[in-house]
Amino acid sequence: MTATAGSGPIPVDPPRATNTGHLHGRPFPAAARVALGDSQLRRNIGKATHTIRDKRAIVVDELADWRELRAAGAAIKDATMARLDTYLEQLEEQVTAAGGVVHWAADADEANRIVIDLCRRAEATDVVKVKSMATQEIRLNEALADAGISAWETDLAELIVQLGHDMPSHILVPAIHRNRAEIREIFNREMGKVGRPAPSGLSDEPAALAEAARVHLRQRFLSTDVAISGANFAVAETGTVMVVESEGNGRMCLTLPRTLITVMGIEKLIPTWRDLEVFLQLLPRSSTGERMNPYTTMWTGVTEGDGPQEFHLVLLDNGRTAALADPEGRAALRCIRCSACLNVCPVYERTGGHAYGSIYPGPIGAVLSPLLTGVEDNTSLPFASSLCGACYDVCPVAIDIPSMLVHLRTKVAALPEKARTPERQLMRALAWVMSSPSRWTRSIRSMGLGRFLARNGRFSSMPPPISGWTATRDLPAPPEQSFRDWWAARAPEDGAS
Amino acid sequence: MTDPSSSRERVLARVRSAKATMTEPPIARDYRTAGDHDGADGESLIEVFIDRLIDYRAQVTRVADDDVAGAVSDILGREGARSLVVTLGYPDRWRPMGLDPVVDGLGQDGATLLSTTELDGIDAVVTTCAVAVAETGTIVLDGGPGQGRRAITLLPDLHIVVVRTEQVVPRVPDALPLLNPRRPLTWISGPSATSDIELNRVEGVHGPRRLRAIIVD
Ligand code: SF4
Repeated sequence: MTATAGSGPIPVDPPRATNTGHLHGRPFPAAARVALGDSQLRRNIGKATHTIRDKRAIVVDELADWRELRAAGAAIKDATMARLDTYLEQLEEQVTAAGGVVHWAADADEANRIVIDLCRRAEATDVVKVKSMATQEIRLNEALADAGISAWETDLAELIVQLGHDMPSHILVPAIHRNRAEIREIFNREMGKVGRPAPSGLSDEPAALAEAARVHLRQRFLSTDVAISGANFAVAETGTVMVVESEGNGRMCLTLPRTLITVMGIEKLIPTWRDLEVFLQLLPRSSTGERMNPYTTMWTGVTEGDGPQEFHLVLLDNGRTAALADPEGRAALRCIRCSACLNVCPVYERTGGHAYGSIYPGPIGAVLSPLLTGVEDNTSLPFASSLCGACYDVCPVAIDIPSMLVHLRTKVAALPEKARTPERQLMRALAWVMSSPSRWTRSIRSMGLGRFLARNGRFSSMPPPISGWTATRDLPAPPEQSFRDWWAARAPEDGAS
Repeated sequence: MTDPSSSRERVLARVRSAKATMTEPPIARDYRTAGDHDGADGESLIEVFIDRLIDYRAQVTRVADDDVAGAVSDILGREGARSLVVTLGYPDRWRPMGLDPVVDGLGQDGATLLSTTELDGIDAVVTTCAVAVAETGTIVLDGGPGQGRRAITLLPDLHIVVVRTEQVVPRVPDALPLLNPRRPLTWISGPSATSDIELNRVEGVHGPRRLRAIIVD
């Protein structure tokens, strides 16, 4: 860890995310091999990522000031981190003043305990849930189940995943690995076991399947007393919490139940109400490729006669302060979970989200998961990338994921030999992932290793993993010509910035 | 609260130690902020707003103030809605002819709060709004007079919303200063939708499946 100059106590390494959370899986290589064998999965993911990425490009181009918005988004998030303690206290004060209750959770286990206690106090045996990465990260549903409380996912994709006893494969469209016939089969088979059965003669038309979900969940929304959500943003200045969504299941959960429990990572804060003018433009365009998502709900504490009359906000650390303590990794905390980086990633496109193991897949997952758990618990993920740089280009808060991956790879390389076997396997798996010459060429052309070299200027500064990678024989070497072309075009620009 | 072993104190202490080396960067707000309109105002603004709403497959009617009641009646008839809810503060002159609405509200004027089951059985809701954003085709409700609590615009399957042209602002940065964050806010951009099944867009999952906007000059 970084040594801090000056006197005072030597800072203790902040604890990492607890092992019980959902931030690891099978090592990437093994999982990627399975995924690559699944052509259905690859087709679906390919279609999804390309469609969303094209939509995104159109609506981003529409805004003449996208660059300025992106820079402001990054700066606001960095400014928040620099005074995070003050803003957290301010948020707590505002939420409390508005009738909410704030809880602090150092790790996943503590967050789960807090939520379970609140559910028990509300005498809830069932809770409805809005799609939330934070609650997946801490495996809240599993913890609730162990406590005898059933958690019902209400987002259509999450419902498909839950009923299919499956795992999400994409941040934005978690059931993208399933096709309509499979979804119909899951609904027919599973809905009746847990509630209202699917209508007889259900077709596999998307509209019919959505209608079946509407009907299945309706009674659940009307009769459940406790809802659990995540949060996209919380405003320190006002205590306002916000959820963006499309289907209206979020509105149902945030409006109808008596008690609302929101689990939010401490990095979701923004300082002022005004700052939303930046993020309300960056997020929907980057995420779904829409000018605005259908529904956004904002609430501050409780409001008499409107919505839940009890509101609990659980502030979750679970490794975030550890990420914050890493000067080269902390920018990952800017992430607004838009998933734009997944949709442009050549590795994600080929393997899908499951291969990453962590519930944070794709380029952001490859940095965020090891930052939260510590690299020693996630040695393979920093290698799940070709460093092509596309993720950085689309990131609405300008997170330099490739540089961060290189930083994390260096950390893995510094681990004792036996702690890092997966890294070797990963090299081979990645070589296979990227072995289509045309794809490899394309990704090299679109920046590839050259981007990294440009930063550092010389080959000898390459960290061991990359030198090992380029030496791998079954991997086509980057074509000389395109690299030189690239270098010629790129170098002056980098020098100027 | 200040027990140093509490998670609150532990998390805050970790934050302080972790951010020790950070400096606060300046925030350049050189993007288009409130009032920065590129000449888009008046009629062109309303045109953009309507265009964006249609893009979301919301249907739009534009009428004079005197014709709002008739426009509401037309929509109800066309959509086959047989029951309607409004809230306190919804203008009497905008009430449709021929269909007496149920009034949801907190006790005044004989109005009562409907149960969620009652609301779920109602076909349509008609409300006013707080502000609208042209560039994104967004309508914001803040629970003010004529808009009511959030549940009434959520459970009925048809939402008719009346927007006065002077409520339409050009862009998101123009809308935020007009809103009070302490009120529950719902930003609506088209009807409920999902793309979760093979990325096919389906309008209408849990929220109102049909959104009809009446724009009043
Ligand atoms: S890293 Fe950037 S692009 Fe990726 S999900 Fe986070 S904000 Fe979006």
